[in-house]
Amino acid sequence: MTWKQVFTSSVGKKLVMAFTGIFLILFLIVHAGLNACIWANDGGEMFNKGAHFMGANVVPRILEIGLFVGLILHIVQGLMLELDNRKKRSVGYAVAYSDGSKWYSRSMGILGTLILLFLVLHLSDFWFPNRAHQNFVLGEEIDLYAKMKETFSVLWVVIVYVLGCLSLGYHLAHGFQSAFRTVGVHNRKYNLMLVSLGLGFSIVVTLAFAMMPLSFYFGWIN
Amino acid sequence: MEHYNMNLTVKVWRQKNSREKGGFQSYPVKDISSEMSFLEMIDVLNEQLIRDGEDPIAFDHDCREGICGMCSMYINGKPHGAWKANTTCQLHMRAFKDGETITVEPWRAGAFPVIKDLMVDRSAFDRIIQAGGYISVNTGNAVDGNSLPINKDKADASFAAAMCIGCGACVAACKNSSAMLFLSAKVSHLALLPQGEPERKSRVINMVAQMDKEGFGACTNTGACEATCPKEISISNIARLNQEYLVASLTSDK
Repeated sequence: MTWKQVFTSSVGKKLVMAFTGIFLILFLIVHAGLNACIWANDGGEMFNKGAHFMGANVVPRILEIGLFVGLILHIVQGLMLELDNRKKRSVGYAVAYSDGSKWYSRSMGILGTLILLFLVLHLSDFWFPNRAHQNFVLGEEIDLYAKMKETFSVLWVVIVYVLGCLSLGYHLAHGFQSAFRTVGVHNRKYNLMLVSLGLGFSIVVTLAFAMMPLSFYFGWIN
Repeated sequence: MEHYNMNLTVKVWRQKNSREKGGFQSYPVKDISSEMSFLEMIDVLNEQLIRDGEDPIAFDHDCREGICGMCSMYINGKPHGAWKANTTCQLHMRAFKDGETITVEPWRAGAFPVIKDLMVDRSAFDRIIQAGGYISVNTGNAVDGNSLPINKDKADASFAAAMCIGCGACVAACKNSSAMLFLSAKVSHLALLPQGEPERKSRVINMVAQMDKEGFGACTNTGACEATCPKEISISNIARLNQEYLVASLTSDK
């Protein structure tokens, strides 16, 4: 079987979704861990050091390219699969079957699109201005902690961020376990672990990210 | 359990053939016994339609004891009706209340075109089986049953997968019209046994290729198939199929 056959088959496409998904899950851990430095309560000193390292060191910058490649693959393949799958039933049912599966497992395309829209806002808030300054295109490196504080002083921004985190949480609630099933985890002893680990991970990640704008808005950190 | 009779309205999909557009039509049925099976209720309705000079409703059925996989029908928003681990022929009318309106639709999937009314063409499943759902055996005398030792756990898991009757409820239930639960059951029951070993890799590759060719959707692991399967085929078989496919694609020569 040629690589082309693999990656154009339905199972191969799902493998692309799963491997890029697991890669993005790993990224979320790094992102949440680094951002948690805002709670060090040191006026953003530790957080800014971390942010500087991520922008200035060559290793995270190379990984960043990989991250964008993975992200774009995940988005493009996901949208193509979603559109393709929708074409497989031209006449729909009069009564929908909704008891057998969770709503968020059926809504991965919509949840993913919401996350994508959120990402556009999120990257233009932080990543673009930060990287532009770090490369000295637009002058000195910016104080990212101060930038967060400023961004999250606006109520609608905080609400959009919390909704973005919720979309991510539900996307992960299905995506985490689905990704591992797609790469072939079927042993009974891992199955239960996958479900609880997946749910636990999505709750922790959602809470960690959602608490960031909330912490700034309500002044829980100094 | 108390027996009772009921009057019902059956809202059923009528479609002359695969080319013409279909639509719903409602029929009242009277004095239906709670102990009738769903198909017997349709039989009563069809007798009534024949008496009235109308075309009877076409539907698939054969053994009427839940083992052949011929009956289909998407009843009140679920393949094979509301009962768990059950086929339409074994769905009994005590599952319904007097005065109820029951909506009956055919399996909906591009790969299962409607032939007439509630009958759909499921020959795509046959072609998937032909693509690799077989084993090579030597000709001559049958081999002694116990000459090949097989681990009990594997034999049980293989048997659980072999329970699949190929009715297509998994496709009907799936939002993507994916045939992965069916395919994974067919691949798993052979992959778990030593008899399936010679064609292990080519089987999964060819059967997936045939499934894609037939126009089924891709699996997104929602679990709707497992929840509706009359034989309770586990969704873990899909993960096993994925593993079989991954290994086969990574280790093939070309």
